[in-house]
Amino acid sequence: MGPQHPSTHGVLRLMVKLDGEQVTWCEPDVGYLHRCFEKLSEQKTYPQVIPYTDRTDYLAALLNEQCYVEAVEKLFGDAIQVPERALYIRVLMAELQRITSHLLALGSMAMDLGAVTPFLYCWRDREKIYSIFERITGGRMLYNYLRIGGVRNDLPEGIIGTPQDGEDKSDKTIWGFINYFDSYVYPEWDALVTGNRIFQYRTKGIGVLTPEQAVAYSASGAVLRGSGVKWDLRKNLPYSIYDRLEFDIPVGQNGDCFDRWWVRQEEMLQSSRIVKQCLQWLAENPGPVMAPKVPRVLKPPKGEVYHRIEGARGEVACYVVSDGSANPYKVKWRSPAFTHLQLMPLLVPGHKIADIIAILGSIDVVLGEVDR
Amino acid sequence: MEWWNSLPPVAQVWIGGFLKGTVILIMGLLHFFVCLMLERKLSAWIQNRVGPWRVGLWGWIQPVADLLKLWVKEYIQPNNVDKWLYLIAPFIGFISANVVWLIVPFGDKLIATDFEIGIIFIAAVTGYDVIATFMAGWGSNNKYSLLGAMRGAAQMISYEITMVMSVIGVVMMVGSLRLSDIVLAQQERGFLGWFLFPQIIGFLVYLIASLAELNRAPFDLAEAEQELVAGHHTEYSGMRWAMFMLAEYIHLAAWSAIAASLFLGGWSGPTLGQVFAGLGNLLNGFGAFANPVGTAVYEWGVAAMGSTVLNYIAGVFWLLLKTYFFVFLAMWIRWTLPRVRIDQLMDLGWKFLLPVSLFNIFLTGTLRYVAVAFDGLPITIGSFTLRLLGWWL
Repeated sequence: MGPQHPSTHGVLRLMVKLDGEQVTWCEPDVGYLHRCFEKLSEQKTYPQVIPYTDRTDYLAALLNEQCYVEAVEKLFGDAIQVPERALYIRVLMAELQRITSHLLALGSMAMDLGAVTPFLYCWRDREKIYSIFERITGGRMLYNYLRIGGVRNDLPEGIIGTPQDGEDKSDKTIWGFINYFDSYVYPEWDALVTGNRIFQYRTKGIGVLTPEQAVAYSASGAVLRGSGVKWDLRKNLPYSIYDRLEFDIPVGQNGDCFDRWWVRQEEMLQSSRIVKQCLQWLAENPGPVMAPKVPRVLKPPKGEVYHRIEGARGEVACYVVSDGSANPYKVKWRSPAFTHLQLMPLLVPGHKIADIIAILGSIDVVLGEVDR
Repeated sequence: MEWWNSLPPVAQVWIGGFLKGTVILIMGLLHFFVCLMLERKLSAWIQNRVGPWRVGLWGWIQPVADLLKLWVKEYIQPNNVDKWLYLIAPFIGFISANVVWLIVPFGDKLIATDFEIGIIFIAAVTGYDVIATFMAGWGSNNKYSLLGAMRGAAQMISYEITMVMSVIGVVMMVGSLRLSDIVLAQQERGFLGWFLFPQIIGFLVYLIASLAELNRAPFDLAEAEQELVAGHHTEYSGMRWAMFMLAEYIHLAAWSAIAASLFLGGWSGPTLGQVFAGLGNLLNGFGAFANPVGTAVYEWGVAAMGSTVLNYIAGVFWLLLKTYFFVFLAMWIRWTLPRVRIDQLMDLGWKFLLPVSLFNIFLTGTLRYVAVAFDGLPITIGSFTLRLLGWWL
């Protein structure tokens, strides 16, 4: 299957041995999209790397930026004090980005199972978030918005809105979207796909990943939580301001495709809770969004740092080594999709062809992240 | 018709057949256009797409653009295909879809060929679709195509049996396999006489089984886009691919027409005369406040009742209305549900639908036997219930 196949979510080749419709062996063959992100980073200055992080997981670009930027800030130690407002804006954007990413994950998984309509509904709803992003950052996919020491610009006038917004579905404010999401999108998803009997027959008991296996294969994010392991970096190793926010961690029970789906769906709801709290805080607390006295040429002190955040697909982590010059000595990227792809040979054998794509959809790979 | 009768019988058969064939072919193509447009518009409506509702005049240019695109597309023929199978396959599907229209009754005696074995004929000719699918899949020399063809063949053959079994209830109630007999048998009590009500089990089984038979979602496993790229027609492009679509839509419309004839009373419905007469009665307040307009409308209606042509037009109208109700239903289902897996499909067919349709035959037979056996008894409460059942049947 692949590298050009309707359901491989990018240029992924799955080598598959079949016995009739039964799959006996499966191995992913990666490397069709390689673009040398880590090596390129060594030739660039620290801020110049940010656009490249956008391009790794292009569906959750802001989360990648957040990871890299916070890693570099960690390198600086106390020298750069990020203002609170910038931290809240980062979390707000990250959670909105998580919703878009999960929407696409759910939509494309539904499409893999033959339901085209939910996919287009998810496109419609992402469009709303993307227009919000467009107003804030100027970009629709590759934002380049976060800066080392803060964010590029404050939220534009009138984008936050009020908690009463959202009656009108075409509301352009963030509150408008969040209320629309809670009262309309989420129930629709629940009824249209999650509650669908055919969908449940197709996903329940398929690609079961036990908690032990999930931990052993260092799965993270929805894949890990779908297997019932309650591990979320936002709660367990809080970074940024997540320790001040209230939200729950949904976990699955059986570790099958349905649970991974369900965890994503519930996570969107939790993200919308976080966004609401951020919006309330941001509406009341104006202030600067950039740290004072960030030098023009960033030369972090010698040292190395490993920073990890909870990305949309799991643990995104960044290992940055500084030799004191303006370029990073080494940037190593830990991408969840690459780690999750190794689950394919484990999960697929014994299932049918049609289940391959259900499993691939449920672990939600983004090939930009796999081949970096 | 003097000149027609003066022709030799052989010429009558040939010319008549030719004319009928031409009409059916043209009708099939018209159905294709309507279905194509309907599918585009419905899917756009359900999925918030814009094009098919906006292009040109209310989106009517969209199917034209679709066809134009298909027309000018390059024909790509892969190496090492089994040439004859590859080239003929699309046409066989097309023919089998068209032939079904031969026995669809559009009105009393308005039918191309009124076979005595109507329903068996349907089962036989729709079986050709399996051959077309398999030829396409085998001839394409492509693994996806072959898998799709295998799936398609397994699925169609399995569901063919279920489909025929589900119709047997209707056949038992009428006592004839002829489609016009079946439609006439439903005319006695208006829409209450439709076999939809007494044969509700058979109807539902027929509905599901024919969706599978037609390869429509959620049972479109032969072409399952996400799994098998495009299944049996992966290697077809341009108009050759369009032939498959053509066959699919004509088949869909034909299946809907058969379903309408079997379960929804076919072409029966108020004729134009009856509609006008009823309207006149309404205007007259059922005699309470008679007025010249109401009386005139009533009289038009009564006058029109005798006209064969108007009755035929009304019959065709009702049949098409019912047919397109089913087409709409199939499209609605297609754009709502996810696809089932092949083993689940087989389970559904063999382990659920087939037993249910067999049970339906048993139930119909028992109830009919009881109703007939107790028909002579005086009306007591018990036999009244049975009579009620008998009335339904």
